[in-house]
Amino acid sequence: MNNDKLVIGGHEFNSRFILGSGKFSMDMTKAVIENAGVEMATIAVRRADSGSSDSIIDYIPEGITLLPNTSGARTAEEALKIARLARELGCGDFVKVEVIRDTKYLLPDNYETVKATEILAKDGFIVMPYMYPDLNAARALENAGAAAVMPLASPIGSNKGLATKDFIKILVDEIDLPVIVDAGIGRPSQACEAMEMGCAAVMANTAIATAGNVALMASAFKSAIEAGRAAYLAGMGRVLEHRAEASSPLTGFLED
Amino acid sequence: MIKIRETNHMEYMDGMEQLDHTLMNKVLKMTEEYDYSRYTAVDVRNVLNTDSIDTDDFAVLLSPAAQPMLEKMAQKAKLETAKHFGNTVCMFTPLYIANYCENYCVYCGFNCANKIHRGKLTMEEIEAEYKTIAATGLREILLLTGESKTASPVEYIADAVRLAKKYFSTIGIEVYPMNSDEYAMIKEAGADFVSVYQETYNPVKYEEVHLRGPKRIFPYRFNAQERALMGGMRGVAFGSLLGLSDFRKDAYAAGLHAFFIQQKYPWAEISYSLPRLRPYINNAENNPNDVHETQLLQVMLAYRLFMPYAGITISTRERAGFRDNVVGLAATKISAGVKVGIGGHGDNEQKGDEQFEISDPRSVDEVRNSLFEKGLQPVFTDYVRV
Repeated sequence: MNNDKLVIGGHEFNSRFILGSGKFSMDMTKAVIENAGVEMATIAVRRADSGSSDSIIDYIPEGITLLPNTSGARTAEEALKIARLARELGCGDFVKVEVIRDTKYLLPDNYETVKATEILAKDGFIVMPYMYPDLNAARALENAGAAAVMPLASPIGSNKGLATKDFIKILVDEIDLPVIVDAGIGRPSQACEAMEMGCAAVMANTAIATAGNVALMASAFKSAIEAGRAAYLAGMGRVLEHRAEASSPLTGFLED
Repeated sequence: MIKIRETNHMEYMDGMEQLDHTLMNKVLKMTEEYDYSRYTAVDVRNVLNTDSIDTDDFAVLLSPAAQPMLEKMAQKAKLETAKHFGNTVCMFTPLYIANYCENYCVYCGFNCANKIHRGKLTMEEIEAEYKTIAATGLREILLLTGESKTASPVEYIADAVRLAKKYFSTIGIEVYPMNSDEYAMIKEAGADFVSVYQETYNPVKYEEVHLRGPKRIFPYRFNAQERALMGGMRGVAFGSLLGLSDFRKDAYAAGLHAFFIQQKYPWAEISYSLPRLRPYINNAENNPNDVHETQLLQVMLAYRLFMPYAGITISTRERAGFRDNVVGLAATKISAGVKVGIGGHGDNEQKGDEQFEISDPRSVDEVRNSLFEKGLQPVFTDYVRV
C-alpha cells in the first residue's frame, strides 16, 4: 500500500480523497483537511476574489494542492476565462473543468467540457473534467489531454450515491486515466464502494458539510476510501450465492 | 387631476416588446384552478414523504392544511437547503439611486400621486455610495430606481452599472421592466441579475391596483424575466407582494412562473423574494388573506421544497429575529447595512424619501457576525463575471 500513489498529470498523491470546499464554514476547512488526510482541495474561483475579506484560499493550509474549479461557467469559453483567472490568482496549474448549463440538476455539459479541456490542456493546465459518465465523452476527454476524468455518481448535493455505478465501471475498464468519482456521494460506504470497483479517488463535499460532526465525518470518509482501495488492490474474492452451485450438476449427463 | 384607468391592462403600450403568451396563460390557468381548500392533512403528509415535489405537491404545501405541519416542512427544508447550499449565505445590499415613478399603484409609497421628496443621484453621488458600501466588505449590490424610464433612462442605469463594476463582483438591478435589447445594454454594462415582481398574478386585482403607467400592463411585466434572459442576463428573481390579493394563489403563481421559466431556460439562475403587506396591528377581524410570519414562513418553506436549487432572499422588511432564523433554513441570501432612502450610506446625504420602513437596521458587520454565531458561512463573493 505504501507505494500505491495516485498520479495525476505527473504529480503524486498519497491520499485518494479530494475535498470539495464550497459548502462548509471556512474556519472548519483546516480541521476537515487534517482529519480527512487530504492533499488536494477544490476551490471555486468565483468565491476566491482576493479583494474580499472572506477568501477560501486563506483557509487552506500550506502544502495542499489547490484544485480551482470553473463553477459558474455555462460554456467552454467561460470555463477558459475562469481557469485563466485561477492561474492569475496563483492557484497553480490544476483545474477542474465544470461547464453546467442546467441550474436544476447541475448536470455537466460533456460537449462544452471536451472543448474547454482541449484548449486548457494545450495551454499547460492539468485538466480534471467533471463529466456525465459517458464512454464516448470520456474517450474524447482522454484524446483532448485530460489528466483524469471525474464522472458524477449522482447529481451534485443529492447524496444519492452511485446511481451511475454501471457506467462508471465502464469508464474504469476502458479509460486509461484516473477515474475520480465526483458528486452525489452521500456516505462513506458509497465512497468505499466506488474505490472497491477501481476508481482512483473520490471527491466529496456535501456529505461532510451536512454531517452533524463535520470533522468526524471527514475521518470516516478517509477510512472508507482507504478500505475500498485496499479491497481493490487485494482483489475481490468470488462471492458465491446460496445454491449457486447445484448439488446435481446440470451437465452431469455428459458421458465423455 | 390624474386621469386613471384609461388603458386596457392586458394590451401592450407602444414600444413594448411582445412575447408569446403560452407560458403566461398556463400559469394563469393553473392558478385560477388552484383550490387550496380541497387538501387535507393526509395529502400534506404524503407530500412530505416524497422525494421530489411536483407542481401538484407544491400546491398542497401552500394550502391551509399544511400550515399546522410547518415544523415538519421546516425539518425537510433545512436538509434541502444544506444539500444545495451547504451552510453558506450570500450577503448583499440594495442601493436606491432614484425614486421617480410614473406608475400609480395604490399600495405603494413611491406612486406618482404621492407628494414625496423625489431625488436621483448623480454619478459622483453614486460613486460615493459605492465606496462607502464597498468599504464594508460587500461585493454584491442591487441597484434600484423607481419606475420612471423618463427620469431614470436605460443609459442612466447602464452608467451606474458600469461604475459599479469597479467596486462589486455581482450587480443586480430592480428597476422598471425593459425590452430585451435594453436588458442586453445593461448586461453589457456589467449587470447579470434582474428582479421584477408581479405583485399579484390575479389579472382582475392587478387591474384594480395599478391605475396608471406602464406597470398597468400585466403581460409586459409578466414577461420581464424572459426578456431579461433573452437579453443575456444570467439570473432572474420572482415574487408576489403577498397580501395584496389571495396570497396562497399569488405564491403558487410566482412559484409556477419561476419553475416554467427555468424549464424553458435551464441555465437561468432562479431566485425568489417574498415581500408582504403587513396585516394591520390590533385588527380584531381575522382576515384569511393576512400574511403573518407563520404564513410567510409557510410560503418560504414551500418554495424551498418545490425548487431546492433556487435562491431565496430575505429582506430587511422583516425583523432581525425572523431573518436570523430563516437563513440556513430556507433563505440563502440576506441584505445588510440597508438604507431605503435615495443614497444616504455613511456620511452621504439622502436625496429622496423611502418607499417603506425597514425592520432590521443592522450593519454588515452585525449581520455577518450573527451568521457566524449560527455556524453559517457569510459569502461576499459568489460570482465571477466572464
